[in-house]
Amino acid sequence: MGGAAFSDTAASHPASATAGWKAWLLLAPLLIWLGVFVALPTALLILTSFSKRDALGRVIYDFTLENYLNSFNPTWLTIFGNSIFYAFLATVICVVVGYPAAYTIGRASPRVRHLLLTLVMIPFWTSFLIRTYAWISILSEQGLANSLLLASRIFTDPLPMMYTPFSIVLGLVYNYLPFMILPIYTSVEKLDNSLIEAAYDLGAGPMRAFSRVIIPLTKPGIAAGALLVFVPAIAMYAITTLMGGGSNPTIGEVIQNQFTKARNQPFGAALGVLLMLLFLVSFLILSRRKNVAHAA
Amino acid sequence: MVAEAARGWMRPDGPTWVRWLGGGWTVLVFAFLYLPIVLLVVFSFNETKSGFRWEGFTLKWYEALFQNRVLLQAFGNTLMIGAASTLLATVLGTLGAWMLYRYRFSIHRTLEAFIFVPMIMPEILMGVSLLVLFVILNFQLGYLTVIIAHVTFTFPFVLVGMQARLQGMDPFLEEAAMDLGATPWQAFTKVILPYLMPAIASGALLAFSLSLDDYIVTVFVTGAESQTLPLKVYGMVRVGLNPQLNALSALGIILTIVLVLASERLKQPAKGM
Repeated sequence: MGGAAFSDTAASHPASATAGWKAWLLLAPLLIWLGVFVALPTALLILTSFSKRDALGRVIYDFTLENYLNSFNPTWLTIFGNSIFYAFLATVICVVVGYPAAYTIGRASPRVRHLLLTLVMIPFWTSFLIRTYAWISILSEQGLANSLLLASRIFTDPLPMMYTPFSIVLGLVYNYLPFMILPIYTSVEKLDNSLIEAAYDLGAGPMRAFSRVIIPLTKPGIAAGALLVFVPAIAMYAITTLMGGGSNPTIGEVIQNQFTKARNQPFGAALGVLLMLLFLVSFLILSRRKNVAHAA
Repeated sequence: MVAEAARGWMRPDGPTWVRWLGGGWTVLVFAFLYLPIVLLVVFSFNETKSGFRWEGFTLKWYEALFQNRVLLQAFGNTLMIGAASTLLATVLGTLGAWMLYRYRFSIHRTLEAFIFVPMIMPEILMGVSLLVLFVILNFQLGYLTVIIAHVTFTFPFVLVGMQARLQGMDPFLEEAAMDLGATPWQAFTKVILPYLMPAIASGALLAFSLSLDDYIVTVFVTGAESQTLPLKVYGMVRVGLNPQLNALSALGIILTIVLVLASERLKQPAKGM
């Protein structure tokens, strides 16, 4: 979101003073909040993942590797694999669908550009629950799509569209598409016209100019978009639960179940730590390119 | 000569057919983004309970919505939690950004990197880890735990927005105030704070909308009485189609449009940055 979000050097006063005890005192709320409500809970989650539980589901802090050994079971590995697959597919579709739109917005006249950007921001800020419900009311058995299909007499039975991998990926694409369009737009807006003209002058056709000049120049935007779509989509569970109906669970759904229904917090914590590792790895791979960060 | 001619019919955005294709595709993308939302709003005024046959205009689903005690109470919770966490997050974020801007701390770089952790951390992990913390500390899950959770994932956004505003500030503004006889505290409250006001307002707006909208973190850290609107809505969505949900969604969409336009307004004066 913020352009400065991932920059190395944040704002600092040219005459910034070395902190005395008063400054530390004023910084304390920030330090305490980050320590107590971010660092400590993360450490406790890791600790819990190496713990046991008693018959009532209470956590007993006694070291064990059992939760991790249990995680490496085909059931859970398949679910991890599915989560990655859904997120990957959603990311690819977002790039293919979003790129031409982002490009057109970026090349439009300033007035049109501003209007179109605002039109991207509105779904971006609309509650994911509302947007997911919108698709449920289209895809469900009594939904709009099936009403039309039945009325057209092409089908005699409603077509099962909800609770399928199709509906899950559609839900993710619909939710994350603005996150792909915005960073690509940012890099398209920065495109230097003279480089594209040069490509034409040197005899490139539109296809070649696109693949050899425009795509490489807007790659940071695509990578930033992928970062903003793929990484959160792996861990997303509410949309996938609503659109998948529990039949094709993602890793987030399993973790939530372990903490709420199954009351196996240590196992849920172990899956959570594995998800965190997966998240960190994909984050590091996608943000390795230096300028990716700035386009985000 | 040849190059000159080529430039004539080949603009940098490509030949005409490419631009038409791009334009057409963009229209389709916006249709994809908006059609489901528009349908939702249209059918919130439909007479029948189920199905998509138009049976006449009605406001009865809105009436039912405004008499739905459970939803109204959840909405009250949402507003209360949103207001409390926005206030805390704005103070925490503004103070933090200012201190990091004004002073050099030995742990500066670590701290600046660490602020991004709650921003990029998957919400589910934040939810479960806070739950583990609250259980260990024996905190009763309720309003307080939800507010703490909301502050944790909103204040970094306030802080980062504030840093962007500070970057555009004249560094000698504070000095000038003090040369004119202001104490450091007066310089901060009379000069710096008014300069930061647009960023404070847009940070608060952002924090409030993030809090208003959150389901994933809240579901782990809430008690029975502190259930927010998104939690109730999630429950209703799971059950199935319900025209009251259409009405609620329509109101939510209108609120979103207002918030987006308001934040556009806030961005205007800061355009030069």
